[in-house]
Amino acid sequence: MAEDTKLVHKYLRHDKKFPHVWCPGCGNGILLGALIRAIDRTGFEKDQVVIVSGIGCSGRISVYMDFNTLHTTHGRALTFATGIKLANPKLQVIVIMGDGDATAIGGNHFIHAARRNINLTAIIVNNNIYGMTGGQYSPTTPYGALAATALYGNIEQAFSISELAMMAGAGMVARGTIYHASLLDDLIERAILKRGFSVVEVISHCNTQYGRRNKLGGAVEMMRHQKEIAVRVEKARTMTEEELKGKITIGILADRDLPNYTQEYKKIRDAAKLALQRVSPPI
Amino acid sequence: MNAVKSPGRPLLLQGNEAIVEGALAAGCRFFAGYPITPATEISEVMSYRLPAVDGTFIQMEDEIASLGAVIGASLAGAKAMTATSGPGFSLMQENLGFACVAEVPCVIVNVMRGGPSTGLPTNVSQGDVMQARWGTHGDHPIIVLAVSTTQDCFGITVRAFNLSEKYRTPVIILADEVVAHTREKIYLPHPEEVEVLDRIRPNTPPEWYIPYEDNSRGVPDMGIFGDGYRYHVTGLIHDIRGFPTQRPDEIVPFMNRLFRKINQNFLDIQMIDEAFTEDAEVMVIAYGSVSRSARRAVWEARQRGVKAGLAQLITLWPFPRQLLEPLLKRAKAVLVPELNMGQISREVKRINQGATRVETLNRIDGNLITPQEILGRLLKL
Repeated sequence: MAEDTKLVHKYLRHDKKFPHVWCPGCGNGILLGALIRAIDRTGFEKDQVVIVSGIGCSGRISVYMDFNTLHTTHGRALTFATGIKLANPKLQVIVIMGDGDATAIGGNHFIHAARRNINLTAIIVNNNIYGMTGGQYSPTTPYGALAATALYGNIEQAFSISELAMMAGAGMVARGTIYHASLLDDLIERAILKRGFSVVEVISHCNTQYGRRNKLGGAVEMMRHQKEIAVRVEKARTMTEEELKGKITIGILADRDLPNYTQEYKKIRDAAKLALQRVSPPI
Repeated sequence: MNAVKSPGRPLLLQGNEAIVEGALAAGCRFFAGYPITPATEISEVMSYRLPAVDGTFIQMEDEIASLGAVIGASLAGAKAMTATSGPGFSLMQENLGFACVAEVPCVIVNVMRGGPSTGLPTNVSQGDVMQARWGTHGDHPIIVLAVSTTQDCFGITVRAFNLSEKYRTPVIILADEVVAHTREKIYLPHPEEVEVLDRIRPNTPPEWYIPYEDNSRGVPDMGIFGDGYRYHVTGLIHDIRGFPTQRPDEIVPFMNRLFRKINQNFLDIQMIDEAFTEDAEVMVIAYGSVSRSARRAVWEARQRGVKAGLAQLITLWPFPRQLLEPLLKRAKAVLVPELNMGQISREVKRINQGATRVETLNRIDGNLITPQEILGRLLKL
C-alpha cells in the first residue's frame, strides 16, 4: 500500500482534477492503478510517455495522469496516436479506449492499427456497455442482455475484442480482468515493452449501467463473477471446448514477432534517399 | 501575398505538385491522407518526397483517420498536412473541430470537385466555400485560403503553414480541380528565400508552464509531446491548464480568446489581390481558378475602354470585409462569378449594405467559367 501511495504521488496529477468522475465500484480506478504500476516498472521517464484516450468513462483516464496526455475524439484515439508515434518514434504511446470507442465507432481504426502492427499499446476497457451515455448496448454487449436501447434484450452478437485483434495482425494480444489486478500489471508492462501493436483487453464491469439493469449485483458481485469465469490461458489449453463454455481465457493470448511499422518505414526512408541520389531529383 | 521574395528556378508543375513543394519548403514533415480525386497527386508525391527528407507519409484507412494522425503528429512537433476533396473533407469535419478547440496547427487542402456526394469527381467546382467555414460543429473561427495558379499553390501553401503555426489554428487551402491539374510554369525560390514561421514554444521552466494561458497575442506558447512540458490536450472546453471545465468564468475567456486571436489579426490574415481597381467603375470579385478567367475578362474590357477592375480573394475566411468595403463604395456595379449557386456572393451582399449593385454569375455544370462569359456580363453591368 505504501508503495502504491508513492506511485500515486509520482504519477497522478495533483492540481485540481480530483475527485474523479467514475462511479463508486468502477473498474477504471483499478485499471489506473495497474497502468501506473506497469509504467513504473518499465522505467520510462514521464516525459517519454504519451497517454492517449478516446471518449467515454475510460477516456477520462488521461486527465488524471502526469504524462503527456491527449483526450481525443470518439473512436479516433488510435489515429492520433499513430501520428504521434510516427512523428516521434521515441515516445511510448499508450492508448486507452472503451469497448464502444475501440470496436464500434473506432472499429476501422482498430483493425488497421493492428494490421499495420504499429508500435502502440492499446488498452481496451471492455465493460459491455456505453456507460457514460447511460447504458446503451455496445458491440460487446452479450446476446440477450438488457440495455437502455435494448429493453427487450440485445439481438446482436458480441465481438470478441482479443480475437479481432489477433486476426487483424496485432503483434501481441492479452486479456485480463479488473479482479486479477496484479496480472493486469504484468500484461500491461509486457504490452508496453512489446515492439509492435500490443492489445490488452481488460474485462471490466459497469455496475451502474449494466449490472443493475441485468440484475448482476453490485461491483463486488460482478468482480466475483470475473474471478469465476476467468481461466488462465495455460490451463485453458488443457480443457475441452465443453469445459470452456461460458469461460474467458486470461493471460497472453498471442505474442508474435511480426514486422512493425516504424521499423519498416526506416526502409522506405533509405530507399527514398537512395532514389534521390541515383536519379536527378523530381525537382 | 506570397511568402516568396524573388523568383528562383523555373519548372513545369501542376497545382497539386506545387502544393507539395510549398508544404516541404514550409517545413512540412508529416502527411497522412486517403486517395481521392482530384487531390490524389498530393499524396503520391508526398509518399516519396517526405521519406527522403526524414519525414513521414502514411496512407490511412479513411479521411477521419488522416486528420487524426495529422493532429497527433503536430502535437508531437511535426508540421503536418493532409489533402482531400469534398466527401473526404466532410469526414474530416469532426477532427477539424478538435484542432480548432485544442489549437493544433495543421494544414488541410481541399481540392474542390463537383458535389454534393460523389457528384462530379473529375470536374471543377467551388461548392465547399461554406463547408470550409461552417462544416465543423460548434462556434469557431477558421482561416481559409484560395489558390488560383500553380505559383499560388506554392506560395499560399507556405503562407497557410505560417498562419497555422503563428495562430495555432487549422488552416484550410481551397484549391479546385482546374488549379490542381493545370500544368504550368512556376518559379521555385531557393529554400533560404522562403519566409518560414514556426510555432512559439515555451521557454519557462516546465513547472511554470501554463499551457493555455492568455497573452497579448491570444496564442499560448505550445509545448510539444516529449520536450518536457507535460500537459493535457482535450477536445473538451478547458481551463488555462488544459483541464476540462464547465465553469462559465473559464468557458467565456477561453472562447473569447479563440476568436480574438484571429479577429485582432485581420490585417495579417486577410489578403486580396487587386488589379485595375484604382479607377474601376465595374468590378469583378473572384477567387480560385475563376479569378483567372476574370483577370482576362477585365483586361479585355479595359481594351474596349471599359473601366473594369478585379479583386481576387486569397483569404476567403475570415471574409476580407475591411479590404473589400472601400472597393464596393467606389464601384458602380460588382460581378461575383463562382462555380456554385452563390456562396461568396452571399457574403459580398452581406457586407455591401447598399453601397453598390451586386450581380452574380454561377456555373454548376462542372466546367470553368470562361473569360468570354465574364466579359459579356461586364460589358452589360
